[in-house]
Amino acid sequence: MKKTSTPVVPSREAPGSEPLLAVDNLHVEFVTRQGVVKAVNGVSYSLNAGETLAVLGESGSGKSVTAQAIMGILDSPPARVPRGEIRFRGTNLLELSEEARTQVRGRRIAMIFQDALSALNPVFTVGAQIGEMFRVHRGASKRDAQQKAIELMDRVRIPAARQRVHDYPHQFSGGMRQRIMIAMSIALDPEVLIADEPTTALDVTVQAQIMELLGELRRESNMGLILITHDLGVVADVADKIAVMYGGRIVENALVHDIYRRPAHPYAKGLLDSIPRVDLKGQELYAIKGMPPNLLDMPSGCAFHPRCPYRQDNCVVDAPPLYEIGPTRGSACHYWREVLDGSHG
Amino acid sequence: MAATGEPILEVRDLVKHFPLTQGVVLRRQIGAIKAVDGVSFDLRRGETLGIVGESGCGKSTLAKLLMALERPTSGSVRINGREIADARRGDLKRARRNIQMVMQDPYTSLNPRMTVGDIIGEPFEIHKEVAPKGDRRGKVQELLEVVGLNPDHINRYPHQFSGGQRQRIGIARGLALQPEIIVCDEPVSALDVSIQAQVVNLLERLQDEFGLAYVFIAHDLSVVRHISDRVGVMYLGKMVEIGKDVEIYDRPAHPYTQALLSAVPVPDPEGRERRERIILQGDPPSPANPPSGCRFRTRCWKAQEICSVEEPLLQIRPGTAHASACHFAETHDVIHV
Repeated sequence: MKKTSTPVVPSREAPGSEPLLAVDNLHVEFVTRQGVVKAVNGVSYSLNAGETLAVLGESGSGKSVTAQAIMGILDSPPARVPRGEIRFRGTNLLELSEEARTQVRGRRIAMIFQDALSALNPVFTVGAQIGEMFRVHRGASKRDAQQKAIELMDRVRIPAARQRVHDYPHQFSGGMRQRIMIAMSIALDPEVLIADEPTTALDVTVQAQIMELLGELRRESNMGLILITHDLGVVADVADKIAVMYGGRIVENALVHDIYRRPAHPYAKGLLDSIPRVDLKGQELYAIKGMPPNLLDMPSGCAFHPRCPYRQDNCVVDAPPLYEIGPTRGSACHYWREVLDGSHG
Repeated sequence: MAATGEPILEVRDLVKHFPLTQGVVLRRQIGAIKAVDGVSFDLRRGETLGIVGESGCGKSTLAKLLMALERPTSGSVRINGREIADARRGDLKRARRNIQMVMQDPYTSLNPRMTVGDIIGEPFEIHKEVAPKGDRRGKVQELLEVVGLNPDHINRYPHQFSGGQRQRIGIARGLALQPEIIVCDEPVSALDVSIQAQVVNLLERLQDEFGLAYVFIAHDLSVVRHISDRVGVMYLGKMVEIGKDVEIYDRPAHPYTQALLSAVPVPDPEGRERRERIILQGDPPSPANPPSGCRFRTRCWKAQEICSVEEPLLQIRPGTAHASACHFAETHDVIHV
C-alpha cells in the first residue's frame, strides 16, 4: 500500500539537505498554580537517518518533555511552546494543523514508553492492539490486520506469534510486553523512533535483548533512533552521539567517543567520574554534591553553578550559551577548556 | 572495612514457599511459589555481602526472611548464634534490634503524615530501653547529623525533602537502634544518578564508623562490586554462585553469572564492537514450577542430560576457588564492570 503524504511534510523518498529531524531552540513551559515551570529552555539537537542519538539526563532535566513535544502529545494546557521549531524533513511540525500532525504521529515518528504494562490496554488482545495500527491508519480489514500483527510479532521475536496473538498483555512478561510496544511502534515503518527509557523497568539480561532488537530494527530500516535514558552504560553501548541535559537545557553535545574520553561540561564529567571503577574500589566514590534543581526555582545564571567545582563568580549571574567547541561538539560552560584539561584519560 | 571473626549472621537451608490456592470456600493448595529454596550463607562483623539477581529470583523475599517479616517454611537464620526463624515475642523483639532494614523507595517507605523526628524516633517507641523519653529528641538530631541532614529539620515532613535526602532519613531510622546488621534492599536504585554516589559513600562511611555488616541487595552490578566484600548470585530462589568480589566478577564460574555480567552495559564506548555478549534467550521460568535438576538449564548453552536430572549443589568445583552450582562450572573471563 502506498503512503499518502501530507501536503506539507515531504514524503520519505524526497531528497533533502536538511537533517531528518531537527529541534531548534525549543522552549516548553507548564502553567501551574505555583507558577510557570520552564521545563525545556532552548533545546536544540538534530538526528539523521540511521543514527542513534542518546539524550541523557536525570528526572526533571526536560528530556522526556522534549520528546513529547516532538510527538505532539503534550497536554495543552497546561503545557505551551512559546518558542522554537521542530523540523521534520524541513517542515516545522509546530506550524502544522492538528490533522496534518496526526499524519506524522505514529506513522513517520513513533514512540515507545518506559512502562509497557500501563501503555497497553488490558482488555484487548495484543493482536487487536498491534492490528489497530493498520486498521486506523491504513484501513486494513480485521483479518489483514491480524495477519500483519503476527508478522510484526515475529519480527520482534516473540515466540509462537500465531498462538500468542490472541493473548492479553498480562499474559506476557515484562520483556515480551516491551517487544509488543516495539512491534506497535514500528508497525507503520516510522522514519524516527523515540524510545523513552525503554529498558529501565527491565532486568539486565532482558535489557540486553531489547537493546539488541532495537539496534537490528534500526539498521534494517535505516530509522533514526532517539534514545532517552539516564544510564551511562546503555549510552556507551549503542549511541552515535549524545546530548546531555540538565535543568531543561543541553549542557553538552558530542560524539559518544569524545564525551567518554574527555567530557567538556562539569555535569557530564561529574556523572562519568561517579561511575564505580574497579581500580578505585575501597575508595570513596566521586559524588556530585547537592541535588538537582527545582524547576520552579531555578538557580540564577548557570543552573549547575550551585553544584559545580569549576564555578567562578560570573557563573552565578551569566548563563553560558552552548559554546561551539568543535565541529560536532558543544558545551554550555564558560570554563569548558579547564574541564577538558582536567579530565582523566 | 575488613571483615573479622565470627559470623554474625548465619543462614542455613532457608526455604520460603508461598502456597498457591484455588477455590473460595473450599480452599485447597494447588502448588507453591518457591521464592527462596534452600539458601545458605554467613555474614561476618563489618562485612558487606552483595546479593544480585533478576526480578523474581527471591532476593527481596530473602531480605524479609532475614528481618523475620516473613516466617520461613524451613531452615534457620541465626543472629549472633540466636535463632530468629521461630523466635516469638520478646525474643523476636530483641533479635530485631540487631538487624534493621533500608528500603528501596524513599517515596513510599516514609509515612507522609509523620514528621522526620517521629519517623526516626519511632524505633525508640518500640525499644524504649535504647533511649529514655527525654533523650529522644537529642538522639534523633544526632542521627540526622550522622547521615548528613540538618538537625534543625526535625519537625519537617518527608515531602519537604528530595529523594536523596529521604533515603538518608530511611538510613537514619535504620541506625536508630544501633544494629550490627543492616539489610539494604535496592537502596540507591530509585535515586537520580547524580545522587546515587552520595548515598553509597554515606553507607560506606557509616559502616566504618559503626562497624556495621551489610546485606546489600541490588541489581546494579557495578555498585555491588564497589561496596561488597563478597557477592552471592541468585537465580530462581537458589544461590548459584558465591565468592569474594574479585572471584565473582573476574573469574565467574556459573554460566548464569557469566551471562549476567556480560549483559551489563559497560560505561565506555571504546571497543564496544568487539565486546563479547552472551544474550540469554527468553525469560526466567516461573518459580511456581521451576525446571527439574538445575533451574538455569532451560536458558543455558551448556546444558546436558545430567542437568535435568541432578541438581548441582553449591560447592567448590575443580579449577575454581569459590562455590558455584553448575555441573560444568568453569571460570571464564567475561568483562569488567
